[in-house]
Amino acid sequence: MNNRRPTTLKMASILLVAMLLMVAGSMAAIAGTGHTESADDFSTELLRVFTFQDYNTRVVVVGTTLLGLAAGLIGTFLVLRKRALLSDTLSHATLPGIALAFIVMTLTTGDGKQLPALIAGAAVFSVIGTLSVLAIQRFSRLKDDAALGIVLSVYFGLGIALMGMATRMDAGNAAGLSSFIYGKTASMLFSDALLIAVTALVAAVASILFFKEFSLVCFDADYGNTQGWPVGLLDFLMMALVVLVTVIGLQAVGLILVVALLIIPAASARFWTFRLRTMLWLSGVFGALSGFFGSGVSALMANLPAGAVIVLTASLFFIVSLVFGSARGLVRISIDRMQLRRKIMNENLLRDLHEWMETASDGNAVGPEIRQLLSRRAWSPSALRRTVKRLRRQQMLHHGPSMSLRLTDVGTQSAREVVRRHRLWETYLITHADVAPGMVDLSADRIEHVLDPLLIDQLEATLADQTGGELPRSPHELVAEKGVP
Amino acid sequence: MAATPHHATETKSTAGIGDSSAPLWVNDLTVAYHRKPVLWDIELNLPEGRLIAVVGPNGAGKSTFIKSVLGLVPRASGAVTIYGKSYKAQRHLVGYVPQRESVDWDFPVNALEVVAMGLYRKIGWLRPVGKRDRQIALEALDKVGMANFADRQISQLSGGQQQRVFLARALAQDARLYFMDEPFAGVDVATERAIIALLKELKAAGKTCVVVHHDLQTVPTYFDHVVLLNMRLVAAGPVETVFNEENLKKTYGGRLTLLSQALDEYAKGPRFPTDKG
Repeated sequence: MNNRRPTTLKMASILLVAMLLMVAGSMAAIAGTGHTESADDFSTELLRVFTFQDYNTRVVVVGTTLLGLAAGLIGTFLVLRKRALLSDTLSHATLPGIALAFIVMTLTTGDGKQLPALIAGAAVFSVIGTLSVLAIQRFSRLKDDAALGIVLSVYFGLGIALMGMATRMDAGNAAGLSSFIYGKTASMLFSDALLIAVTALVAAVASILFFKEFSLVCFDADYGNTQGWPVGLLDFLMMALVVLVTVIGLQAVGLILVVALLIIPAASARFWTFRLRTMLWLSGVFGALSGFFGSGVSALMANLPAGAVIVLTASLFFIVSLVFGSARGLVRISIDRMQLRRKIMNENLLRDLHEWMETASDGNAVGPEIRQLLSRRAWSPSALRRTVKRLRRQQMLHHGPSMSLRLTDVGTQSAREVVRRHRLWETYLITHADVAPGMVDLSADRIEHVLDPLLIDQLEATLADQTGGELPRSPHELVAEKGVP
Repeated sequence: MAATPHHATETKSTAGIGDSSAPLWVNDLTVAYHRKPVLWDIELNLPEGRLIAVVGPNGAGKSTFIKSVLGLVPRASGAVTIYGKSYKAQRHLVGYVPQRESVDWDFPVNALEVVAMGLYRKIGWLRPVGKRDRQIALEALDKVGMANFADRQISQLSGGQQQRVFLARALAQDARLYFMDEPFAGVDVATERAIIALLKELKAAGKTCVVVHHDLQTVPTYFDHVVLLNMRLVAAGPVETVFNEENLKKTYGGRLTLLSQALDEYAKGPRFPTDKG
């Protein structure tokens, strides 16, 4: 893995740039079809939004970018702690809190829409929702998913009912209250952006300060407990940060979608790395970029709600990561698989040629032709021909007289290596695993290509007395024409 | 802590019940899951510097025993002391090797980082893992023959190698008393040998190891003390005196099926008014 890291980073940065171009391009395309303005107007608009010339846009874009950063950072631990669904439940549970806070504020002060009160109500109810889940888990034998589903729907239903009551109140001006459900960045004020900035700072500082503690709790909470770490407290701190990001993000993304901002960037980052530290900052970057482009696009097109665009941008990152992720993306996996397949074909051909030379009756004057090799194992003529071509390009073999194949000096060297590994493994299987000599060729064939160099050294040490010389003799009879049964 | 003899314990006279210096002293321990008792009235006293096997059939409460001692599972009743004090006061002396299946091995860390977790307590709050700590972790990995795998992602290790990483994490702590939960379960020959060598080394250094073990055949060769457990303590003592056919029959035979059936019925039935759940 170590030697792969530099290329991983390089690939990641290249793909990031590619993604940015894609997002920009798709934005241009959407805008081009959706609006009838000329291209000039659009590009000035684009410039205006993304260079922050407009005050309102500046506030919104900066706010959502920082929100994405905070959500991406804390979401990493949320996902690794396997609490993704809990965050969904607690974000839905905020709705009755918002509605109740609105009703109470309307009754007491006459003006229901006071953001601090609404956020406080949301926070209180997200904690109540979480406690409800814990209570169900503790006092019933219901499984986690059922407990989460019950709490999510019950609190959301309660919230909708209370919202209905709130909108029917004469005073208070409940219009726009529903923006907490679906999100509305346009109404974001400077003070909101400031609040988000502070939250993002808190999330970032906490993720760095408590990196060691959080990762221990996420990996092995029981062990942490035995070591005297206050696991409950650390869990509470993590969930408190999640609640914080959720309630702060409610207004911008809406309570249905805020969970996506917590989960998707972290899940995307996992495809690029095997290291927690890298995953953490990558997730933060993905979240921030999602917020940045999402709100930017939404600012360009008034009828596209920001929350939805932000989440869609995040999922674009996710899809690209899923496919192109340098650590475990689909392309990476299939490239690895293809390389292994090629390696196996190369090694098989090298070994076949080597064994042919060893056993051919007329000395090693003439090598086999392709058609003679075909009968040795189950490979298709085209695959064999491709392998021959590949090895010729690598100067491993050359054509002798009358289309016969011969190993070059380099080829002989690698072939000996392959044959040595094969026979070591065969000998080991016969002497240590009681595999019948007749079957051993095939069994060894499956494993030898993936043997670790370290393991080969161990094999050699184990078998030192049996194999003797540099190239062990085959433990079973070799037949030039037949090859592997 | 009066020395009350108990019919099931045959501990050595040098380490009688209530001995305050004993590595582990357990009095009247009862543990229940969902009202069903898993461990009943365990009375135990383990001697210092021994390799101690905890054996018993599946569901006998071997892991639960260790977890309740370490405070991971709440105790319904009973008292546990480690070197004469509560576990909380003595946890720096205790190393714990959980079952391999208890964690997600797809977690994005490498072997060295897992081992370093054994040092987190020593490093303390908020401070990062330093160079010196890495060195200690690497030495611990070396002791289990895994120094070459320090940079390896834990998801890419074999089951036995993962087990050895867990052992190294406990070793890095440099404890006096080790609890190991099924370290031999499903491991390869190389790992088994490495664990045995390690146990011998720990014993030579005067450490005490309490090991949950499932292979009866190897008990006399690997261990010198044994605890036979099947919900109740059947016997505990040196292998040569306790590990005999009669005790094994008591542990593995059908004698306790009636008891466990009765407990099943109890757990299903309505709650008694005094029951605390």
